[in-house]
Amino acid sequence: MAEYKRSQLLADSPSGYCPGCLHGLATKLIAEVIDELGQADNSLNVISVGCSALNILYWGGDFLSVAHGRAPAAATGIKRVNPERLVFAYQGDGDLAAIGLAEIMSAANRGENFTVIFANNQTYGMTGGQMAPTTLIGQKTTTTVYGRDPATTGYPLKMCELISTLEAPRFVARYALNSPKGVSDARKGIKKAFQMQLDGKGFTFIELLTNCPTNWKMTPLQTFDYMNSNTIPYFKPGVYKDTEANG
Amino acid sequence: MIKINAKYCKSCGYCIRFCPKKILEMGTERNRRGHFYPVVTDPDKCISCGICASMCPDAAIELPAKEGA
Repeated sequence: MAEYKRSQLLADSPSGYCPGCLHGLATKLIAEVIDELGQADNSLNVISVGCSALNILYWGGDFLSVAHGRAPAAATGIKRVNPERLVFAYQGDGDLAAIGLAEIMSAANRGENFTVIFANNQTYGMTGGQMAPTTLIGQKTTTTVYGRDPATTGYPLKMCELISTLEAPRFVARYALNSPKGVSDARKGIKKAFQMQLDGKGFTFIELLTNCPTNWKMTPLQTFDYMNSNTIPYFKPGVYKDTEANG
Repeated sequence: MIKINAKYCKSCGYCIRFCPKKILEMGTERNRRGHFYPVVTDPDKCISCGICASMCPDAAIELPAKEGA
């Protein structure tokens, strides 16, 4: 690597995230990819509600903060009236997989030409660590104190698998951010998704597996081991749909 | 050779865990927000791979361009 600089798209102050939170890494990756594509002045970050909304303290570029779960709906409107802009929604799992499930599925099904970056940390971080739709079986949260029981709360939602079954999405992939390789793959995936959007190909969806040291009640480094032994075996990283690869 | 911007650091330790040369360790000084930040113990061994910088959630590590490169 020849040179590595802090992106101008990041605010010149410490981020609003907890120490070790991979939301920070995800945001940084997006900023760097936009820099690489030369789209810094043309990008628009549609920020949802939850810890993902702390992006407003970290993001130095254009952004729009919208109602809970409605980022894909807002992004649809923005992209339709500004088709040349690089529009992406940054959503967490409580926002995307719970309250915003209808919006994301509808936007994906319509094949809207924007990108959704989905940060999946398997908990409601901002409200105090309650169970999210993506909480793993047996994972302890403040609302599943004995661990998530599928008999009463069902199974963790696999958003990549769900969205890849739809006809319209063009690129659907999942990456884990707890290793240098995962970060490197995620960077390539985000770049590909943004490039496809700029080329007018259609809907692209990137899921990033992240952590929550505060609500998982672990040190940042312990969350990496937990992700390796629990999260990654269930939410398997990989490319779930890529219409470019098929020609 | 990397440059650590202490003011952004939150002491998570990812850079220390993933440094392939094991030349980073948590320092004894704190930044303005009270977080310890890492220091390079042996600058000569740094291979400028950039792994510490890419793993930093707070973009606190930079890798300046090499002279003459």
